[in-house]
Amino acid sequence: MPLVLSIALTHIGGRLRQSIISVLGVMLGVGFSIAMASLMQGSQDDFIATLIDAIPHVEVSDDRREAAPPPAAERFGAVNVIGARPDDDTRGLRNPVRLEAMLESWLPGRMAASLSGQAVLRYGGRDVALSLTGIDPATYLRVSTIGEDMREGSFMELAANLNGIVVGDGVTEKLGARLGDTIAVSTSAGAVRRLKIVGTFHTGVTQADEATGFTVLKTAQVLFARPNVINRLAIRLDDVNAARAVAARVERMTGYRATSWQEANESLMEVLVVRNIIMYTVVGAILLVAGFGIFTIVSTIVHEKARDIAILKSLGFEQRDIRRIFLTEGLAIGALGSVLGSALGYGLCVGLGSLTFEVKTNIEMTSLPLAYSPLHYAIACGFALFSSGIAGYVPARKAASLNPVEIIRGAS
Amino acid sequence: MSAPPATGSDAARVPLIEARGLTRVLPGTVPVTLVRGIDLAIQPGEFVAITGPSGSGKSSLLYLLGLLDVPSEGEVLVEGEATHRLSEARRARMRLASLGFVFQFHFLLPEFTVAENVMIPMRKLARLSRGEMRARAESLLAELGLADHADKLPDQLSGGQRQRVAVARALANEPPAILADEPTGSLDSKSSEQVFEILRALVDDHGKTVIAVTHDLDMAARMDRRLHLVDGMLADP
Repeated sequence: MPLVLSIALTHIGGRLRQSIISVLGVMLGVGFSIAMASLMQGSQDDFIATLIDAIPHVEVSDDRREAAPPPAAERFGAVNVIGARPDDDTRGLRNPVRLEAMLESWLPGRMAASLSGQAVLRYGGRDVALSLTGIDPATYLRVSTIGEDMREGSFMELAANLNGIVVGDGVTEKLGARLGDTIAVSTSAGAVRRLKIVGTFHTGVTQADEATGFTVLKTAQVLFARPNVINRLAIRLDDVNAARAVAARVERMTGYRATSWQEANESLMEVLVVRNIIMYTVVGAILLVAGFGIFTIVSTIVHEKARDIAILKSLGFEQRDIRRIFLTEGLAIGALGSVLGSALGYGLCVGLGSLTFEVKTNIEMTSLPLAYSPLHYAIACGFALFSSGIAGYVPARKAASLNPVEIIRGAS
Repeated sequence: MSAPPATGSDAARVPLIEARGLTRVLPGTVPVTLVRGIDLAIQPGEFVAITGPSGSGKSSLLYLLGLLDVPSEGEVLVEGEATHRLSEARRARMRLASLGFVFQFHFLLPEFTVAENVMIPMRKLARLSRGEMRARAESLLAELGLADHADKLPDQLSGGQRQRVAVARALANEPPAILADEPTGSLDSKSSEQVFEILRALVDDHGKTVIAVTHDLDMAARMDRRLHLVDGMLADP
């Protein structure tokens, strides 16, 4: 064992009780920081997972980022066209077959075309307005987790029943209708059809549960009087983090607006960043407090061992050696606390993860979302070591600058 | 302990420790002069006593000669090398290799065994292997009559024994000079005599240079050379 380390350890050993308390301080700090980081990260992951499960990773809509230039300007290269009246542009993604073929070749994921619009459901004199989406059930299930949220009936029932509709459980509640009931669906295009409720779902997102419904694409096209038209292309990617890049590429290729899930939830993402900043501030504060404990113990040892410092200096120890001894003491306490704290943190995570409790709105038992990441351990331990290094360095510097002559004089 | 150093003609002429115009003033609102204008040269193999009334600056002079303190004016040369411009680390290195200290109180590290205490300067110098260090510590302790105490803690020894351990530690890196500050000051007369005999033997049998501060005039009389300090200045005894 190096000389500096063995001296440092005897000092800690001589103040065992206080040293243990300092180690416990660091350990609790590291442990709770890890558990907290794990819980925060877990709930964030859970939140994002819920979010991106509920919406497409990339959504191509029939908007354009910029208004298309008038055809005359494009045709003749004019700088400005005055008095041209724009055509009535029929909305929708044009030529969906060609569009899908264009993306098919490179898209790292799956896509589903749909036609959405506003519709009013009527049952027994009650009206509910909702956003009705026409889809191909099998294709749509490949880009959406709606199949897992089904409460009654099944989503695939739509494939067998052209006059079927699947709605959120909030919709049936408002209408007072039940599975199997036939309801009247009308749209602004003037079409009215009677559709049978073949399934209900509950996503947990109120807006979705109370105001969305699905039917077959063909039926939707009839209801909205827009045969062979789609106005939305939902894309689900294999890697959710590629969404921004894919959206940009789709937009470049097609000219249609492609929105990634991050863009669609920009403000939420900002909230998450703020949340992380708050968390790491608290973690830092906890470990800073642990650092004060180390500062106290190392300062006490420096005070107590002033005579030993003087003798080591007279024997030929440099200031640097003395500094190293006390810095090592701080770091040793920090390192031991980090190791024990990591174990404590893991234990806390396992303990918290095994807790289950009932959420009012949900029938199933829910457990705390926890994310296990080596990064949490590295950050907590790194912070603890940094803090203990500072806490050791300050008294170590004082020890190194002690004048041996004064101490020896004082002792004799 | 080592054999006497080769006494070549060059080595004989260069003093082991030399002081030129050595002055040490403690700064403060009322500056205190510890020593003033000391010129002296100590040759290898000398056994020197520094005497004087209390407060005359005996210990201060010793600390200056031992590079433990830095003079306000003047300079100290060790083996012909000027030390006043050296870094703190270089001076520490010279203390480690060339100078051994013994104080009035033994100043052993209480958590380490006797042998470990003796090995500390060797471990710092790191010239020997661990096995060689242990062997050297044991042989030093044996020569000082402490062969059976190598693995005891300092607390388990008597005052005289501890002081002998401190001498062994001072000798650990075979320094040419031993500087002792009242080495027998806290010992009974029997232990004092033992320690004195050890210092005498270091000079006579091993060619060491010993500089000892003492207020014991009988003991000073038995040394080879006496430096008498009055009010921080050298005076005739």
